[in-house]
Amino acid sequence: MDPMTPGESVVEVRDLRYTINGRTIFDGLNLSVARGAITAVMGPSGTGKTTLLRLLMGAVRPDSGVLTLFGKQPARLNRIGLYALRRRVGMLFQNGALMSDLNVFENVAFPLRAHTRLPEPLLRRLVLMKLQAVGLRGAAELDTSALSGGMARRVALARAIVMDPELLIYDEPFVGLDPISLGVILRLIQTLNATLGITSIVVTHDVEEISRIAHRSYLLANGKAAAAGSPAELRATAAPVVRQFMSGLPDGPVPFHVPAPDYREQLMRDP
Amino acid sequence: MSVHFDPLGNALAKAGRVGLFFVRVLGQCLPALNYPRLLIAQIFNAGARSLIIIMLCGLFVGMVLALQGYDLLQRFGSESALGVAAALGLVRELGPVITALLFAGRAGTSLASEIGLMRATDQLTAMEMMAVDPVRRVAAPRFLGGIIAMPLLTAIFDVIGIFGAQLIGVGLLHVESGSFWSQMQSAVQTRDIKEGLVKSLVFGVACSLVAVYEGFHAEPTAEGVGLATTRTVVISAVLTLLFDYLLTAAFLNS
Repeated sequence: MDPMTPGESVVEVRDLRYTINGRTIFDGLNLSVARGAITAVMGPSGTGKTTLLRLLMGAVRPDSGVLTLFGKQPARLNRIGLYALRRRVGMLFQNGALMSDLNVFENVAFPLRAHTRLPEPLLRRLVLMKLQAVGLRGAAELDTSALSGGMARRVALARAIVMDPELLIYDEPFVGLDPISLGVILRLIQTLNATLGITSIVVTHDVEEISRIAHRSYLLANGKAAAAGSPAELRATAAPVVRQFMSGLPDGPVPFHVPAPDYREQLMRDP
Repeated sequence: MSVHFDPLGNALAKAGRVGLFFVRVLGQCLPALNYPRLLIAQIFNAGARSLIIIMLCGLFVGMVLALQGYDLLQRFGSESALGVAAALGLVRELGPVITALLFAGRAGTSLASEIGLMRATDQLTAMEMMAVDPVRRVAAPRFLGGIIAMPLLTAIFDVIGIFGAQLIGVGLLHVESGSFWSQMQSAVQTRDIKEGLVKSLVFGVACSLVAVYEGFHAEPTAEGVGLATTRTVVISAVLTLLFDYLLTAAFLNS
């Protein structure tokens, strides 16, 4: 099942440290993404999953430690180098982030028009093929405002793969979807990964869904990777924070109560 | 951002940020010309869609100018100069200023809220991630479209305003039509037209830049987009009147 071959990783994170506004997000994070695999990055809300993506895409710089993408450090590249690196990566945003002034076809054609000078007939075929892959060829002429949440995400997925990226990043792809749309997205992630031979990173907190398709999962907590391994290995981990997350327990290392003064004292105190 | 109250420092810091953004947008204006369709769409957005409100207001302003001007001029027995008074007032002053104020209210707010919503729905970030510079794709065409639209709208405002003044002056108050037009023709100089044109261009740059900047830097929330829209109108109006004073002083001096 695991297509990982030693030494072949698309993303390497070593001893990463990142703070923002005095708050430590990552402190000694280690992580690696194998070429061709589906890697899940999980964690409770606020553990910096999205921040990790921003670091990966070079939108923010780490305080210390090394983060490489295709062997290059995004933080050390200038704008041109960074844009060249980003062209090898497709990204699916949480709500799709489709351009509101373009229709479905033009949204998918957007990266092609921006980066290539393809003749119109070829461009049209490429776009239709990608739309066919996500099952939305029939919606090509629709406005983005006419799409449901699940359809918008599929259009965004077609857009993310239109430049034939080597790495596909999904930011919370399952949030707010009905069970059918969720199943569709889940299958698409798997099929695209296998048929296009790309590497996939899925950032999510939907344990059940992602466990069905991920080759390897990381669980982020307290600025580190609290656990790593196959979904089964993660479930068998004894660490309390991992057990709380994997079983969805309301109280544990991540407390139910926000820190507050003593309950009894606060109630009895005269205002 | 500093928490303590320091209006001058904050204003200076903001002016600096707007200035830097201005340079970035200017740098992307030439590449943006590579997408003529985007630019034309934005001229249509800022220009054609403001046309009705501009024409309507131009008509009323011209009509009011005729009433007030007639009342003033007849005290000195020179109501035949009504055409000159209306034309100069419109071309040099009221045309550019009121067009800019209306532009800020109609086109500026729609630009700011549109770009703000693009920010709030991650569209701008998505462009960055697709290695497309949003300043080139989104900001520059809208900025250029505003600059091109403003003088055109001002010219239309002037013409309709003069028509409105004629309607009231000649039609209602019976100023002699011949002197109304001939005095206007001999008194309005090229430098008056130039003053109006320069003003409308400067206002176009100021109002478009403010709208694009505010939209681009809106907080990515519903409240943030609303705030950005409000700030666009307020800052555009203040800048328009400030530049109007400076330009008028400069033109009268030369």
